[in-house]
Amino acid sequence: MKALAARRHHRLAPVVLLLLALLVTGGVYAALAPEKAQAETVSTQDIETGKKLFQANCATCHGANAEGTAGVPSLIGVGPAAVDFQVSTGRMPMQMNGPQARVKPRQFDAEDTAALAAYISSLGPGPAIPTDEQVDATLGDAANGMALFRTNCAMCHNAVGAGGALSEGKFAPSLFGTSERNIYQAMLTGPQSMPVFNDANITPDEKRDIVAFLVEQREGSAGGFALGALGPVSEGVWAWIIGLGLLIGAAVWIGAKSS
Amino acid sequence: MSTAHDTTTTAAAAPAPTTRTGKAADYLDQRTGIGGVVKEFARKVFPDHWSFMLGEMALYSFIALLISGVFLTMFFEPSMALTQFEGEYPATATGQTVSVAYASTLEMSFEVRGGLLMRQVHHWSALIFMASIVVHMMRVFFTGAFRKPRELNWLVGFTLLILGLAAGFSGYSLPDDVLSGNGLRITDGVVKSIPLIGSYMSYMIFGGEFPGEHIIPRLFTVHILLVPALIVALIALHLFLMVLHKHTQFPGGGRTDKNVVGYPALPVYVAKMTGNFFIVFGVLVLMGATMAINNVWNYGPYDPSPVSAGAQPDWYMLFLEGSLRLMPGQGTEWVIFGYTLPLNVLIPAVVVPGILFTFLIVYPFLEARVTGDKREHHVLDRPRNVPVRTALGVAFLSDFILLAAAGSNDLIATHFGMSINEITWVYRILFFLLPVAAFVVTKRLCLGLQRKDRELVLHGHESGRIVRYANGEYVEVHTPLDDQERWMRVNYDAPAPLEIEPKMDARGVKRKGYGADKRWQGLSRFFYEDRVEPVTPAQLAAAHSHGDHDALEAGGQQAAPAAVGSGSTTGTDSQEH
Amino acid sequence: MSDMNHTNDNSAEVTTPAGAGTDVVQSDKFTDPGVPAHRPRLTDVDPRSAKRNERIVTFLFALSCLGAIGTIVAYVAVPPEGSTGSVRLSTLLLGAGMAVSLLGIGIAGIHWAKALMVDTEMVQDRHPIRSSDEVRADAVRDLNEGLEDSGVVGRRGLLKGAALSALALFPLTIAVPLIGSVGGDWNISKFKHTIWKKGTRLALDPSGRPIKASDVNIGSAFHVVPETTEEFRQSHEWITEKSKAVVLMVRVRPEDLKSDQSPEGEQWSYDGIVAYSKICTHVGCPVALYEQQTHHLLCPCHQSTFDVADSAKVVFGPANRPLPQLPIAVDDEGYLVAQDDFAEPIGPSFWERLK
Repeated sequence: MKALAARRHHRLAPVVLLLLALLVTGGVYAALAPEKAQAETVSTQDIETGKKLFQANCATCHGANAEGTAGVPSLIGVGPAAVDFQVSTGRMPMQMNGPQARVKPRQFDAEDTAALAAYISSLGPGPAIPTDEQVDATLGDAANGMALFRTNCAMCHNAVGAGGALSEGKFAPSLFGTSERNIYQAMLTGPQSMPVFNDANITPDEKRDIVAFLVEQREGSAGGFALGALGPVSEGVWAWIIGLGLLIGAAVWIGAKSS
Repeated sequence: MSTAHDTTTTAAAAPAPTTRTGKAADYLDQRTGIGGVVKEFARKVFPDHWSFMLGEMALYSFIALLISGVFLTMFFEPSMALTQFEGEYPATATGQTVSVAYASTLEMSFEVRGGLLMRQVHHWSALIFMASIVVHMMRVFFTGAFRKPRELNWLVGFTLLILGLAAGFSGYSLPDDVLSGNGLRITDGVVKSIPLIGSYMSYMIFGGEFPGEHIIPRLFTVHILLVPALIVALIALHLFLMVLHKHTQFPGGGRTDKNVVGYPALPVYVAKMTGNFFIVFGVLVLMGATMAINNVWNYGPYDPSPVSAGAQPDWYMLFLEGSLRLMPGQGTEWVIFGYTLPLNVLIPAVVVPGILFTFLIVYPFLEARVTGDKREHHVLDRPRNVPVRTALGVAFLSDFILLAAAGSNDLIATHFGMSINEITWVYRILFFLLPVAAFVVTKRLCLGLQRKDRELVLHGHESGRIVRYANGEYVEVHTPLDDQERWMRVNYDAPAPLEIEPKMDARGVKRKGYGADKRWQGLSRFFYEDRVEPVTPAQLAAAHSHGDHDALEAGGQQAAPAAVGSGSTTGTDSQEH
Repeated sequence: MSDMNHTNDNSAEVTTPAGAGTDVVQSDKFTDPGVPAHRPRLTDVDPRSAKRNERIVTFLFALSCLGAIGTIVAYVAVPPEGSTGSVRLSTLLLGAGMAVSLLGIGIAGIHWAKALMVDTEMVQDRHPIRSSDEVRADAVRDLNEGLEDSGVVGRRGLLKGAALSALALFPLTIAVPLIGSVGGDWNISKFKHTIWKKGTRLALDPSGRPIKASDVNIGSAFHVVPETTEEFRQSHEWITEKSKAVVLMVRVRPEDLKSDQSPEGEQWSYDGIVAYSKICTHVGCPVALYEQQTHHLLCPCHQSTFDVADSAKVVFGPANRPLPQLPIAVDDEGYLVAQDDFAEPIGPSFWERLK
């Protein structure tokens, strides 16, 4: 301590301080705003990286230039939102053939995903990744979101987003754990069986209302355990197992002779 | 109990009762003659068994329904008039155009203290009410409690089941939400499919085109007046007949068709019944307090366009839903002289439930006819002792459960990662195969259990004790059954198929009615061709004298006092006491 | 015991009237061993156990009292403020207190009955349900006397006829007005028409915005209603009309569109955009699950599946007929409009559908 105090008046001290200040500022900036920095500067280098990643991981199915092959869609013009949705939820790259691609741990980090998105975006324009403001649930109107959700979404995803069945083993996934950004992107791009809901059909504000409605559902039910929010079938199962189970248990106790 | 006895006697006999209770009893008796009633019922004997509580459970959940239902009517407004929802909560409804019925449902859930609790208690009670009725009917069916003199009470019970369905259905639709609204729409579709009068019946129900403005008030009247009044009246009749017939009892020592063995109403039965009521109500309240049910604010107010995945009715209507789902549509809509006959709706929604319900209605009479049985029965059957009845019941249930599962096929698909289409195909085939398989397996099981009973009676329980004879032979000692257990395993009838008069009468003329007799005999053979007769004392004696363990049985009999205890603990699966 | 022996005789003697050969002679039946002897409980023989069980019962009743008081406290202290969390808490506390108060009484009562009340079984006789022959004879005599006194026996056919007619007719005084009015105007031909007509714009449900053909991109699904005034959409007639008029509109690649329901010489779709009634031809659920890759439209209620790229033909499930198509065109402002109402009744089949 004494040594430091003694050198405080060294003539190089201001220079050292300045360097320190610069380092800290840079570090803070790097820590706080890396995504923005990347998202805004799509460099040719990103596109190159993305192309390499694509050719190593995706080209087998989607074709060397993302033009698609038999039964596999072309990715030209799907836009960065589709890439971000498919890759960040782990649906792509697909691990095996099945009725539909399943959610799994993501295989590319944010940087590689952005590079892939940049590459696909360079092939043809498509829906962009929504901004943070576009998916901010606190700015949405949940009441309007519910009105839209039940007309456009609930038939597949269930009234509160618990998911449901489609034909031939396909299904609409539960939305309880889906991020706001992914919900928005799904509407925008219509992944797999899901239809596209473009901005003329459901405007960006309306999409945010839907996000707000879904986020509100995460509070659970005012009635207690939501029992999966699956409707009368799960209620019936619980009535038989818990309700009738308890009552028959009590009846056996009542009928048994005391020892 | 002694006080009750004292009061009645004093009230009836002594000119001047002195105690306060005595005076009150005297006052009442002079005006109602209640002394006679008390004398008749205070010590009336009721047999005890856990399965006799199943009907009680239905009764008590009905009382819970009445209590919570009265609470709800204080806040519910059965009107389809449109209004802006003013409440702040739930936020998803604020400012929406909704019906008054829907708005009042949300207000009672979010603003009335205890309102949501009562709604949930009411709905859970409805599910448990129907479930208790079903298990109670199963108990009555499998033990033969529907036999003479109780056939009419079986029909009363069956009518209560149908009224329960009507009560549930009408109540389910009252909140005017999307889920129940789509249920009404399906009902409308089914009603329209009825030939000739379908379209007019749809107009009659809805007061015009679906959905109109009348259906909720109409269902309200059905739900809180018509159906409950009928249910109360029929429950009264059901219980009156139960008391008149005196309750059935399970077979066992000292229990015959001419007596009733059990505990007196006062105090044991009254305490147990009251206790059971509070337990049933308590469990229902516990469910209502912790488990969400029918959160209508999630579905939103009725609108003809939306529908949600998992669009299903409550469990007791699932068999109809499943029936509709399984029916293939191709080639099943016929046009006759320009009139449309949609068999793809009529068969699953009218014919299939018609067959199921007809089976329930006619079964007691059918069984009595093929058994040629005109006696009164008060001692129940062990299900194994009537193999074909038990097997028919299981076959019936297997199809009922299959249809309910078919009504849940979308959830089965998502939860087990299967394809709806494949599930539907498998169920379509199982609908015909499963009851047959269930029948065969159950009948074999029953016959096997009966043979096991015979075996036990003839040779006793394996004791696990190995004895070596002087000549070196090893034999396991079998413990003979004690009197109570043996009685339980031999005390049943194994009726033989009907025998009919010959085709030709004495003069060689073909007898009238022979064909019908022959058909009844065929049916009777189906019921009773395969049977296992109960062991007779002679057979037991023969087993003892010619059996392999001749000498040992003698030894075993000597050790009888010690063996009785172990015998009664190992072989008492349906012995009550 | 003699009573019981008598019973056994009875049951053995009437097995089947057919007299099955296997039926046994009376002596060849086992005898009823009688009601098993009473086995004393711990509480019967050990006064300390009885005392302990009494305390348990008392404690349970006391617990019930606390539960009831707890409910009242919760009622006052924890009001539902409307939000999900507070309603859930209020419901939970009220219900938990109530359940304790009910279950306390229930469990205490049962335990009391099982452990402390005398548990010796009693035997009572049953009597045949039928009334005795004397009572029956008396009943028949009374009925006959009553009938004679009324004078209806024999003669007086006209009187009987008139009385029966009056009784048969009076319910009509209630039934006729009721049945006359209960079905509204009874005009079932309304099933065959919707509010779609030539030039009605297609609008989005629920916002009511009209839709331009250029807004409908490939792979999208639009839930469509006829464009009307905001005022009409707040009325009850709207709900009834909407029940018949809702439409699902999708756009597929024109080369994927195998067929639609356009008759010879007409064009009901527009550049891959097709609009079909959303009401299932099975029992009327909204058919709304559109799988954009297979172009299949699935009904969530009973899983009828329609192929919108091929005239909405049924490919699976209980429906029999394709969904009716709404003929559409584009007006001079680029908005999608209906060419006409549906060519056939929408929704489930009914007897007079084709009349």
